[in-house]
Amino acid sequence: MLDWGAIFGNAAIEFISPTTAAYALAALGLAVHFGYTGLLNFGQAGFMAIGAYGYALSALRFGLPIWACVLIGIGASVVFALILGIPTLRLRADYLAIVTIAAAEIVRLLFTTSEFDDFTGSASGLSAFQRDLEALNPLPDGSYGFGPWNFSDRTWFFLMIAWVVVALCALLTWMLMRSPWGRVIKGIREDEDAVRSLGKNVYSYKMQSLILGGVFGTLAGMLFVFPRAVVPSYFQPTLTFFIYAILLLGGAATILGPIVGSMVFWVLLSFFSGFVARAVAAGWFPFMTQVQAGQLRFILVGVAIILIVVFMPQGILGNKKELAFVK
Amino acid sequence: MEPTLSVTRPWSGRILAILGILFAALALAVMAPAPATAEESQDDVVEVEEDLVEEPEEEYTLFFRGNVQFEGEALSGVLITIEGPAGFSSTVETDADGRWEVGVPEKVVYTITLDEETLPEGVVVAEGGATRDAEFGQTSNASVNFFLGEGQRVTQSIWSQVLDRAVTGLNFGLLLALASIGLSLIFGTTGLSNFAHAEMVTFGALMMLTFSVYLAWPVWLAIVAALVLSAALGWVLDAGLWKPLRRRGVAIVPLMIVSIGLSLAMRYTYQFFYGGSTQQLPGATIPPTIILGPISLSWIDVVSMAVSIVALLAFGYFLTRTRIGKATRAVSDNPSLASASGIDVDRVIRIVWILGALLAGISGVLFGYYRPGVSWDMGFQLLLLIFAAVTLGGLGTAFGALVGSLIVGLFVELSTLWLPSDLKYVGALVVLILVLLFRPQGILGRRERIG
Amino acid sequence: MSSDTVPSKTPEKTTGLHVGDPAPGVKKVDPILIADHVKRTFGGLTAVDVDHVEIPRNAITALIGPNGAGKTTFFNLLTGFDRPDTGTWEFDGRSLAHVPAYRVARMGLIRTFQLTKSLGLLTVMDNMKLGAKGQSGENFFRALLPFLWRGEEHANEQKAMDLLTRFKLDAKKDDYAASLSGGQRKLLEMARALMSDPTLVMLDEPMAGVNPALTQSLLDHILDLKAEGMTVLFVEHDMHMVRHIADWVIVMAEGRVVAEGDPHEVMQNPAVIDAYLGSHHDSDLGETESEHVTAMKELIDDEQ
Repeated sequence: MLDWGAIFGNAAIEFISPTTAAYALAALGLAVHFGYTGLLNFGQAGFMAIGAYGYALSALRFGLPIWACVLIGIGASVVFALILGIPTLRLRADYLAIVTIAAAEIVRLLFTTSEFDDFTGSASGLSAFQRDLEALNPLPDGSYGFGPWNFSDRTWFFLMIAWVVVALCALLTWMLMRSPWGRVIKGIREDEDAVRSLGKNVYSYKMQSLILGGVFGTLAGMLFVFPRAVVPSYFQPTLTFFIYAILLLGGAATILGPIVGSMVFWVLLSFFSGFVARAVAAGWFPFMTQVQAGQLRFILVGVAIILIVVFMPQGILGNKKELAFVK
Repeated sequence: MEPTLSVTRPWSGRILAILGILFAALALAVMAPAPATAEESQDDVVEVEEDLVEEPEEEYTLFFRGNVQFEGEALSGVLITIEGPAGFSSTVETDADGRWEVGVPEKVVYTITLDEETLPEGVVVAEGGATRDAEFGQTSNASVNFFLGEGQRVTQSIWSQVLDRAVTGLNFGLLLALASIGLSLIFGTTGLSNFAHAEMVTFGALMMLTFSVYLAWPVWLAIVAALVLSAALGWVLDAGLWKPLRRRGVAIVPLMIVSIGLSLAMRYTYQFFYGGSTQQLPGATIPPTIILGPISLSWIDVVSMAVSIVALLAFGYFLTRTRIGKATRAVSDNPSLASASGIDVDRVIRIVWILGALLAGISGVLFGYYRPGVSWDMGFQLLLLIFAAVTLGGLGTAFGALVGSLIVGLFVELSTLWLPSDLKYVGALVVLILVLLFRPQGILGRRERIG
Repeated sequence: MSSDTVPSKTPEKTTGLHVGDPAPGVKKVDPILIADHVKRTFGGLTAVDVDHVEIPRNAITALIGPNGAGKTTFFNLLTGFDRPDTGTWEFDGRSLAHVPAYRVARMGLIRTFQLTKSLGLLTVMDNMKLGAKGQSGENFFRALLPFLWRGEEHANEQKAMDLLTRFKLDAKKDDYAASLSGGQRKLLEMARALMSDPTLVMLDEPMAGVNPALTQSLLDHILDLKAEGMTVLFVEHDMHMVRHIADWVIVMAEGRVVAEGDPHEVMQNPAVIDAYLGSHHDSDLGETESEHVTAMKELIDDEQ
């Protein structure tokens, strides 16, 4: 018999895990880029890497306080957004896609290379950079929780930070998108020439959007590595593709879509892999090994992306009415 | 803009059907002798904190490398053992070129031993001993050479290195061109930036592996089978997925995202069946026997370049001389005008998919020999270079893709003379961004007309 | 086409716009837009090569010419959507060379497009509000402080409602622009352009693809613009419309201005007849072109 309790329990943990929060925030950044402005950023993994390394390097190599580490991460991602945006935001949408994915790979390879091993830790990455942050943990030592949600004080601490940041960013996005600023941004998604003909500086707005979503990605990168070590191989192009899957699942032009999408994505994925792994162990699928069972979920994500785009382009929370006009 | 709410029913099954076919085909292909997937069986099933990132393989970035030769002849199958601190130990075998390479975790002193037992009879390590200590200088690479018999140590001047790399780069650029041209034509005729193109490259190599190694067919027959199946894959993808999506009027950006999903699904389907290891094609480790001054090539390299050139010429002939090729260029130039002048656009696109997949398949087989080795994600490693090549040359033009590929190929190889090899792709990607900055239409592209 | 539609009011033609004989590049009494030596080539092809042209203030000027004459390209050049190889041009005495499109719009020169560019997934009201100039809530930081822009937003809403009522789109204000018909979208685009109180409105084929039932009101609206003191420059193929509402006609062929004059005189100009009839030997004539040439021929016959 399978241990259904453990399968459901592990799936339920993903509902609120810090990783879910980090992916939700990265997806919110893509919602700003893609859902609201129509920018094809395929380099969100690069923004996340910059956040993670920006924090870790400032803390470990320069011994800076927490606020400075965060600001350096954000500053670096603003510079990164400017470098990406200046050559491409005047060009057709797919150029941005190619340049962002290429730039994200450049970032990852620069953190991977052994040339700068002394500084970046190359392929094995950096750890123990979050000591200052842990020192702020107000929770007494021990494990707390109820039901499946039983975590150590450290996990609870990172979990709370993560969800507070996600909530603040979602609030910020909500306020922006209902303002005249958001109207211009959505207009650009529909037809940038029309918006230009109405006297708006489209280039500047696109840049602002690229920076805003990129900063969300940067913060997401920090939240993602706080509970763990930072390793360059986290930030493969595949990471960006998963975040797109979450965004599309939740609804591309919505505030809560990325958050709900991330929860649903992780809970389902954890349930699925837990189930398959145990089923294989129990001999239910004799033709499959444990390793193969682990790969099945990646295949599933790929198929899910296709099916969502084709059959549910508005996502879980998107507006059904819009669907009638989506070409 | 027309409402596209109507959902055609047969659709729901279609994607699953394609993946089913792909799955079944791969299952059949792998069924024969057992693949190397069961090697890492895990006892511990429960992984609570799973991160959805690809398992970082043991990727070291510091390398010791060397070249084992005796009287100008490369020696393959010689065992080299490296031992270091913390119980680090690794043993490698020299490849067909007599080369070996070992990644190590730290910049400290290692002990390197050449196993004299594995040298051919009558050959010994002449001086310095079969065991020696080695460490890194300023770079991440250190070469360690053993002197065998009366063999002389070969040092190369910078120009001969440049020449050698240039020839290698040309070979790489040519095989890259085969993949890029397909991508470029698909983009030109359908507007799709196909992120799953890399998986079509991998497919060719995997089919070659299946037929030539698993099923032990003769090489020529295996190549034919791999290429036929590659072309068939192009047909299946267009007939089963892309054409119905075009019919539904799905816009370009959603199509691009569909191709990302497809890429992910296909890539991990490959890993599912073929495992995560790298396997060699027959003859991939033949030593370089053709020596022209500083350039040493194996006949595989020569055949590879010849195949690329013949395929490119044939394709050029197809585009410029045949009716259907001219129609392809017309569609690429202006689909609605082409359609209005009586060209069957759907048929042209179908042919472009088949040819694109065929070229990608050839490119995959050649890449399997170039690396050397076949693995589930080999195409994905090329994807960005393919995009870079196509963008450099100018989106949508076949000739531009060729020129872009040659530039990228040469640049990647030549840059390793100055850049550490783990940064060689960075150079090409930086060049891509710089070119877009100064000449966004690409080197050969036309400036787009507004309005 | 809508050859028998006439505006409901008899248009009042403005006359005495020019100084001297009406020839290409003739001086105007009060020009609002002046272009000099504007040249644009694509590859080897010269799309636009205008030596000198002046657009009269507070009048309706039509820009006509056979397909491929460079009318739309000229529009794009004037409004900053494309850059010429050489040339200078000024609007209200201020140079527009190298001024980006959005700044041109802010100076009061608003254009519409041949293919309507309504913002499909925004409501009709949001489309309108986007047209308003100088909104402080469009600044990233001020957007976060709603009390700074609430008042402005209400005022814009009022203005938008008035315009929508005038254009008979008020019932649709909460619908997505994508749900409007082609003609309604043209109206919306024009109404949106008016949100910014422009001084010069440039309309690129305002009648193309519009249901005949709506052409009437579109014509009236264009005449209203003039009545309100605005200047209109439009590209149009419908020669009847040109004859009825235009005060001045500029004819382009092969990138050049070949004739100017009031609508009745210009039809008799041999250069115009040449431009239209002589363009037959051009290789890439589409079907619309020949229809258009036929219509033009009839009109020329009418005039004579």
